[in-house]
Amino acid sequence: MADVAITAAKSLFIVLLVVQVMGLGVFFERKVSALIQDRIGANRAAILGFAGLGLVNTLVADPIKFLLKEDVVLAGTDHVLHFLAPVLSLVPVLVTFAVVPFGDVLQVGGRTINLQAAELNVGILYVLAMVSLGVYGVVLGGWASNNRWSLLGGIRGSAQMISYEIAMGLAVVSVVLTYNTLDLQVMARAQGHLIGGWLPGWGILYQPVAFLVFMTAGVAESKRIPFDLPEGESELVSGYFTEYSGAKHLMFMMSDFVEVVLVAALVTTLFFGGWQVPYLLRDGFHLPWGAALALPSWAVALLQVTSFALKLVFFTWLQIVVRWTLPRFRYDQLMRLGWQGLLPVALANVVVSALVIVLAAGPAA
Amino acid sequence: MSPLLFLLLAALTVASALTVVVHTNPVHSACALVLTLCLLAVFFLGLDAQLVALLQVIVYAGAIVVLFLFVIMLLNLRVEARAMAGTLLVGTAAAGGVALAVLIVTALRRAAPPATANLPAGFGETAALGRQLFTVYLLPFELTSLLLLVAIVGAVALAKKPT
Amino acid sequence: MTPPLAWYLGLSAVLFAIGVLGVLIRRNVIVIFMAIELMLNAVNLSFVALARSTGSMDGQVIVFFVMTVAAAEAAVGLAIILSMFRNRETTNVDELATLRW
Repeated sequence: MADVAITAAKSLFIVLLVVQVMGLGVFFERKVSALIQDRIGANRAAILGFAGLGLVNTLVADPIKFLLKEDVVLAGTDHVLHFLAPVLSLVPVLVTFAVVPFGDVLQVGGRTINLQAAELNVGILYVLAMVSLGVYGVVLGGWASNNRWSLLGGIRGSAQMISYEIAMGLAVVSVVLTYNTLDLQVMARAQGHLIGGWLPGWGILYQPVAFLVFMTAGVAESKRIPFDLPEGESELVSGYFTEYSGAKHLMFMMSDFVEVVLVAALVTTLFFGGWQVPYLLRDGFHLPWGAALALPSWAVALLQVTSFALKLVFFTWLQIVVRWTLPRFRYDQLMRLGWQGLLPVALANVVVSALVIVLAAGPAA
Repeated sequence: MSPLLFLLLAALTVASALTVVVHTNPVHSACALVLTLCLLAVFFLGLDAQLVALLQVIVYAGAIVVLFLFVIMLLNLRVEARAMAGTLLVGTAAAGGVALAVLIVTALRRAAPPATANLPAGFGETAALGRQLFTVYLLPFELTSLLLLVAIVGAVALAKKPT
Repeated sequence: MTPPLAWYLGLSAVLFAIGVLGVLIRRNVIVIFMAIELMLNAVNLSFVALARSTGSMDGQVIVFFVMTVAAAEAAVGLAIILSMFRNRETTNVDELATLRW
């Protein structure tokens, strides 16, 4: 019974963390884009005169507006699929966070709690499976809208998603080869060692090419600019979610931002040490010049969770800056990049990684 | 997996499988097929086959049925008037189906190899599957990669518009 | 307590029979294809259940191969359907019957 309660608490924590970072992401989207474009951004909505730099506008006014809008369902649409599509877009992305580790262990009341909501030994494959299921939201949303622009956007979007899934999967394969495991928590723990006694051995030092491929494929999977042709504002009206209003539109937008946070979380865990703080072990800091600082286990866990959250925020911010800086790819350029650019690079990376691992293991392997 | 959970999921699986073959709208059939495949993945998880369960979701539910949906949408298939064969054929096929199911269960139960009580350590994990795949089943593995290459080339060649 | 092997085999047989039913009674060639995939999955369930019952990983390896072959077959089959549709504008098997007597 206590196990169920602990798992429920962990799941609640990670979902709340994700939703907070997503809210922060939405706020960044408006404020950072405003700063990049040399304007002020949304700052009018205020409660009792407190506008909070636009926080009230983004986090209070916008959701209320979305939820109170009329849910327009047109005749001639397939009602069941029209209702299911936003759900199929949002739910798989949210449940992926069950395998993302947000800390090492928490020692409480004689129990050692692994800070990961679900300890699957095939964790990274679960992530790929849920990303594959996310395609259905796009393709069914486009089809069920009975609108030729939505259908075009839906087909383009799903073709783009399945093309970039392959490059993402291959980048993941080379990371799996490096750490010899599919479990994300084991991968995060394996990045705690120090290279040469002082450099934290984070994944990006071992797999830089895989990081670039994964980041590009992740941004393409979440259909953000520069890969947002399925949603091409100014070309396809709003692409596959043109005919959605109110809460369903909010679900589609939410799934967009939650995927941004998901890509940030995966990049952090695979390539930047996840929750690792440099030189922090389970019992405190062990600095390379010999000094040590003992810390109680709850402080260590708190530092690790904070470091994970900060890295999440950083990569979310990075994706938002990329969105407001680069122009959009044309569709054939997009497909060419996916199949003729990223796929051979990721394949070559797998082959080279395997060679290096076998040669470095020596003649005994 | 508790028997009650098994019965619930089995009832749901049979219901969605029936939806696949009975429903007149092809897109709804495809969605029911996705549901059936995901439920089968849950059964695989209950049978200690974690890798196979996730591969089922990634390959079948995440790629093959998406391909089906693409083709349905490209051909713009709507609900048809003559979706099923005549009543006589449906009745005979249903009776034949029941007989086939009984036959399969009886044959498999008689031919099933003896059960073991203990599972070896690491059963169903990636390492165990990989060990079998790259030692005992190496030749089929290499031939499968050749088969996939042939399938890709064939599919592209067949589906291209004749210029 | 895990359900006995016979239950899994029974479910697999029922799903296989439903697949056979689909192939026999539906007239849309794509739905016939989906019924074939259902049959393949029923067989996969049998294999995995028997693998667990005998404690050998061979059943799961065979499921791996079945999935791969099913993917290849689905790709080529759908390409054939596409080119036939371009030729004859129909997906009804009653009208795609040139090779019948």
